[in-house]
Amino acid sequence: MTADGAPRTLAEKVWADHLVVRGDNGEPDLIYIDLHLVHEVTSPQAFDGLRMAGRPVRRPDLTIATEDHNTPTLNIGAQIADPISRTQIETLRANAKEFGIRLHSLGDIEQGIVHVVGPQLGLTMPGITVVCGDSHTSTHGAFGAMALGIGTSEVEHVLATQTLPLTPFKTMSITVNGTLRPGVTAKDIILAVIAKIGTGGGQGYVLEYRGSAIRALSMEGRMTICNMSIEAGARAGMVAPDDITFDYLKGRPHAPAGADWDAAVEYWKTLPTDEGATFDAEVVLDGDALEPFVTWGTNPGQGVALSESVPNPADIVDPNERASATRALEYMDLEPGTPMKDIRVDQVFMGSCTNSRIEDLRAFASVIKGKKLADGVKLMVVPGSARVRLEAEAEGIDKVVTDFGGEWRFAGCSMCLGMNPDQLQPGERCASTSNRNFEGRQGKGGRTHLVSPLVAAATAIRGTLSSPWDVN
Amino acid sequence: MDKISSITGIGVPLRRSNVDTDQIIPAEFLKRVTKTGFDDALFHSWRQDPDFVLNREPFSRGSVLVAGPDFGTGSSREHAVWALRDFGFRAVIASRFGDIFRGNSGKQGLVTAVVPEDVVARIWLELETNPGAEVTVDLAERTVSCGNVTNPFDIDDYTRWRLMEGLDDIGLTLRHTTAIDDFESQRESWRPTTLPAR
Ligand code: SF4
Repeated sequence: MTADGAPRTLAEKVWADHLVVRGDNGEPDLIYIDLHLVHEVTSPQAFDGLRMAGRPVRRPDLTIATEDHNTPTLNIGAQIADPISRTQIETLRANAKEFGIRLHSLGDIEQGIVHVVGPQLGLTMPGITVVCGDSHTSTHGAFGAMALGIGTSEVEHVLATQTLPLTPFKTMSITVNGTLRPGVTAKDIILAVIAKIGTGGGQGYVLEYRGSAIRALSMEGRMTICNMSIEAGARAGMVAPDDITFDYLKGRPHAPAGADWDAAVEYWKTLPTDEGATFDAEVVLDGDALEPFVTWGTNPGQGVALSESVPNPADIVDPNERASATRALEYMDLEPGTPMKDIRVDQVFMGSCTNSRIEDLRAFASVIKGKKLADGVKLMVVPGSARVRLEAEAEGIDKVVTDFGGEWRFAGCSMCLGMNPDQLQPGERCASTSNRNFEGRQGKGGRTHLVSPLVAAATAIRGTLSSPWDVN
Repeated sequence: MDKISSITGIGVPLRRSNVDTDQIIPAEFLKRVTKTGFDDALFHSWRQDPDFVLNREPFSRGSVLVAGPDFGTGSSREHAVWALRDFGFRAVIASRFGDIFRGNSGKQGLVTAVVPEDVVARIWLELETNPGAEVTVDLAERTVSCGNVTNPFDIDDYTRWRLMEGLDDIGLTLRHTTAIDDFESQRESWRPTTLPAR
């Protein structure tokens, strides 16, 4: 991407180190893939393609599968009730067996959302390329990996060749300076970024998050931010690795050990963007000024600070944006000018690959501890993986949730997309720690407000959208 | 894949921006394990409205979709492309596309033509004034045309070439098997492996 010796960005370094064949005459580069994550929804047709062409999986040892999208979060020992969901899970099991791929099935301690499982096993590490037939693969960029969501044809391509033909991306730096105030979290940063650059603002770019507010975040926080890069339209999001990254990885089951660890760390330390490297675009945000954020509309870019009100479409200049806002308010059943904090919710969903890691659960529990769930509100807490669930239970978080009046569930995607029985009813309004507020995403006719775990907790206590600053 | 040089068919004006793949095909249909038979799922919730454009003649026979900016954002589900294709669409015209959706389309023979927003608006007008008007997406000439509107469109060179030659990506990559072997032989031992389970 840049001539030898010139300063390079993190993304350019990872790209260059995975170049198998440089494309000429407008052909894409052929990029090697270090790690391929697989789940039941986007893989069946890819395995079918392999079978039809008589091709094997080139590197089963760089591939790992888990069941997450369709899995129930109650009675996981029983047969899955929905026959179509069951078929999809059974298809994955049969394919994993036939092609020799490691699979973590329901009931296994490593089962869970694919983007929670990779990092928790220590498979996700700096300087690697990771793909998955899932747009939120961008999560893994938090480690300084190049992590790309792909479609089913590409899944088949990676299974067959362990490579992908890719056109180089442009780079965008997103610098968040300053220090976040207590109560303001990674989720608020990324919601504010998307509201600023729009759902198409990142198209064609790999985003690199930089600045003191990013450096201060834990790995969980960095994953939350990278996770939602796709909501800004970006192909990937990345954070340069540092001691926080290394400390998180060290000792995990698949992290390098011994001499390999030393060699890896030495290499990882060369990855951060060089002084003087240029980005194709730059965005700057003031971390000191950020407040808890919330969405009002039906795409993740339609958000405001919680202290603000539902915007008036008439004030929006761009005609497409205005039409989209008008439609969104109609779908969400909201009046312009209503203070966000006056909006009542029916449900609170704490989970998804954006915010279902142990730290998210701890943050949530710290706010609700000793309090009572607001009347008429339902709360569901769904850990990201079976291991996270057990860890949380060992800390008594399950008890905090049930004493509060909420439901404590088994791991999976759950109400993030409602492919399993966890769905909103038509017209129900939900404060959700997930990543998409699209029409019907959490169930037909359901209305979603995207929030951080702290805002979700405060909302569960008060029954209206609330900031952690409103409860103590 | 069939070779494509030009597509002509009834144009369908979809006056909406930010059409994410959850709207193109809701999650409930992703449980299927087949690659065809998704025509009923396309825009499923919008099609409950009898006035929705695809429920109206002659648009129900359309094969070129003309949409607002940021079409196909969100989830990576390739089912969105399969559903459009199963319904009969061969091309989508918009000013901006979600990256993954555009990539998926190219692999399934669905042409995504990028034109400026004002060209989309002019085609919309033409299609609404003359329902049933045909739109041509000419890959060889790299132009879209409808009524008296003719405009060049953007598509990346490689995708265009592959569509015009009807070439399968995996087959193309397998030409480089030796280069992949060489690359793998240099792979550092600290890089992840999933087997055996640890
Ligand atoms: S939790 Fe939601 S966004 Fe994440 S992988 Fe599952 S369905 Fe996708």
